[in-house]
Amino acid sequence: MSGFLSFLSSFSTTLTFSITFGTVILFGALGEILSEKGGNLNLGVPGIMYIGAIGSLVGALWFQGATGSLAGSLGIFYPILCVIVCLIFAFGMAMLAGLLFAYLTISLRTNQNVTGLTLTIFGTGIANYIGGSLGSVGTVRADVTSDAIKAYITPLVKWLDSLTDKFNLGSLLFRHGFMVYLAILVAIALWYFLTKTRTGLSLRAVGENTATADAAGININKYKYLSTCIGAGISGLGGCFYVMEYIDGLWETSATIGALGWLAVALVIFATWKPMRCIWGAYLFGLLSWFYFLVPGLFKGSDKIFQMLPYLFTLLVLILVSLRRKPEDQPPASLGKAYFREER
Amino acid sequence: MAQTNAIELRHITKRFGQKVIANDDISLDLHKGEILALLGENGSGKTTLMNMLGGIYFPDEGQIFIDGEEVTIRSPKDSFRYGIGMIHQHFKLVDVFTAAENIVLGLEGEKGKLDKSSIRKTVREIAERYGFEIDPDQKVYDMSVSQKQTVEIVKVLYRGANVLILDEPTAVLTPQETDKLFAVMRNMKKDGKAIIIITHKLHEVLDVSDRVAVLRKGKYIGDVETATATQQSLTDMMVGRAVSLNIDRPKAEKCVERLVVNNLTVRDKEGVKKLDNVSFAAMGGEILGIAGVAGSGQKELLEAIAGLQPEEPGSEIRYISPEGNEMSLIGMDPLDIINAGILLSFVPEDRFGAGLVGSMPIVDNIKLRTYRDHKGILADRAKAQALADRIVLDLEVVTPNTNVIPIRRLSGGNVQKVLVGREISSSPTVLMTAYAVRGLDINTSYMIYNLLTEQKMKGAAVIYVGEDLDVLLELCDRIMVLCGGQVSGIVDAATATKEEIGLLMTQFRREDKA
Repeated sequence: MSGFLSFLSSFSTTLTFSITFGTVILFGALGEILSEKGGNLNLGVPGIMYIGAIGSLVGALWFQGATGSLAGSLGIFYPILCVIVCLIFAFGMAMLAGLLFAYLTISLRTNQNVTGLTLTIFGTGIANYIGGSLGSVGTVRADVTSDAIKAYITPLVKWLDSLTDKFNLGSLLFRHGFMVYLAILVAIALWYFLTKTRTGLSLRAVGENTATADAAGININKYKYLSTCIGAGISGLGGCFYVMEYIDGLWETSATIGALGWLAVALVIFATWKPMRCIWGAYLFGLLSWFYFLVPGLFKGSDKIFQMLPYLFTLLVLILVSLRRKPEDQPPASLGKAYFREER
Repeated sequence: MAQTNAIELRHITKRFGQKVIANDDISLDLHKGEILALLGENGSGKTTLMNMLGGIYFPDEGQIFIDGEEVTIRSPKDSFRYGIGMIHQHFKLVDVFTAAENIVLGLEGEKGKLDKSSIRKTVREIAERYGFEIDPDQKVYDMSVSQKQTVEIVKVLYRGANVLILDEPTAVLTPQETDKLFAVMRNMKKDGKAIIIITHKLHEVLDVSDRVAVLRKGKYIGDVETATATQQSLTDMMVGRAVSLNIDRPKAEKCVERLVVNNLTVRDKEGVKKLDNVSFAAMGGEILGIAGVAGSGQKELLEAIAGLQPEEPGSEIRYISPEGNEMSLIGMDPLDIINAGILLSFVPEDRFGAGLVGSMPIVDNIKLRTYRDHKGILADRAKAQALADRIVLDLEVVTPNTNVIPIRRLSGGNVQKVLVGREISSSPTVLMTAYAVRGLDINTSYMIYNLLTEQKMKGAAVIYVGEDLDVLLELCDRIMVLCGGQVSGIVDAATATKEEIGLLMTQFRREDKA
């Protein structure tokens, strides 16, 4: 009995971690869906998430350093201000990386795969370069910002925990910072935008059949630029969430952001480009990344074999989708193709 | 005085590059509430002219008046704004969208939420008014060709088009679907819309139009009231008088059957018959011309012989080698067919679609054909190089070099010379070429004609798919005319007239039109 209870407890802990990782992946995947729906296959997601991460950290450190003296007088508003600045930095820096990708692939029509992979290498490199040198400057923990991002409603969590005994439902569902719920909101907003609005319809048309969208009078470049840049911004929030919530406003050195970034790319395929399917898919991927926690007797190294589970699931989905041949589950038909207006 | 012309074109000229004049000083009126048929052979400039109304091209010279006012149409958007709706041959639809979503795609002025029920209502109203059958919620990928066309037409009507331009709308339709379309067109006419229909099919022109305007080689020939026209009079206007080209045609000698095709039927992916019971024989030592409007099955015929198209059961393609050995080509591997000496040089719209790799230099493209001749794991570059040099020299290919510059960077004519030269170099027993002189200047064209004649005199069976009837009549020994995937006639080129062939090209077998 006690064995079962301890398993339940460790299962609950694992689920909590799964939600944290799932949220990182979810942000990454949602941004990538927006980009891919406009026909731009951005394989720079891991790099963009790195840039979002370092952007948020640098922004938060800079803002806290420059305005620390105001903390007392602003009270509760100071941390809120810190969070807003941090998010703007994460989103903005990631958007700039997206803009670079957009300029290269849309205006200069470079190969999207090559450009995306290069962006991943570039983003990872520059973020780690800046992150690695933060230590020599002085304070390296964005404490106020990180604590604010991690804040949750303690009474709610305690009350629910007491109701559900060992399973700790309160901790599981509500002991997370607001960004966990923001990610779900973004997913719902993205679903609404893509399926219910005219602008969303136009964007999908661009990704499906660019020439048709062009003939219908849709401004192709505008849609492609905006979807790629905003998509990159959303992906960047994943990196921000990772450094602020999961590692307490420090710089990460374990290359996990990159791994989660690739999972985000895989999730887009797993979810067959559908934002709503992304939500549970992200948590599933999160759980699969932590699955080795639940397997007894693992030593360091052998956990790696379990970390490939999400990719295995993605492969499985790819096989299933290609067997079912449902047009709605296919990638946007013009994905990855540069657009040339027909000329004679 | 009330304006009776929906559109007036005045002195429209459009050039592509230096040499090609697609439209030469064309003036044309479209009355309100009429169906005008625009008639002409391939390359006569019909689609180009209409694309200038559709905002795809911009005229080099001339003016366009809509309802009496001069307008400038720079983009498809402008064209919509002036109430012109163009239905292209290739549908511009998003497959995973529903009919309704395609219809409202890109509409300006209505932002925000998609109001699907009001869109559905409007679509149904339009459908009822003109007699369409359309389900607004059906996905395009589930639709037949005719249903897709309906979506295209409703799309332009939804946008309030007063002028509809239909570019060969019946090319993809069954006779029953064509009748339905014509009924809809008559309803639109009654509603005061002006319609231009581009078509090759004379019986349809006579059936549906009020007036016919004829273009030939980019020039406006004239117009005629449909009531006073006949198939013969329209053909005469369309093909014009025969022009003498003085192509050398030595008498075919020792003709023997080389390729016998019986009851060949080919369907495309959608199950539409592209070739219907085609039977003929190609002789060694003669050039068999194949005439027909574009898309009558020429491509499918050549590809079926080359082993690139699956044939329907009952089809027969027999090959008789010069030594007298017979074999069936049905179901044979393309490579085996090539090894038997049957070669295809097909020049499609983009020359790289069949047989050439744009990013590789001439030598490598030649190696694609020759590398198998050499045993061992390494490709024999020297041999390909020698052949490349010979082709460049013999056919006067203009290129900086043969082994570095990607063939894509050469001009179209030079690319074609390499393609044709490569196929001829392997001394085929059957040589099939399609549109071998498309886009070439006169001198190069004659060079190609001579090459083909040379092959013929060597005893090869040459099959020449061409567009220009004058050339076909002077180059070929016999001409087979295809129409809608069927053989509408095989004539002796020495005695046939242009009118005769022109009529065959547009003559559908009536018994098939139920």
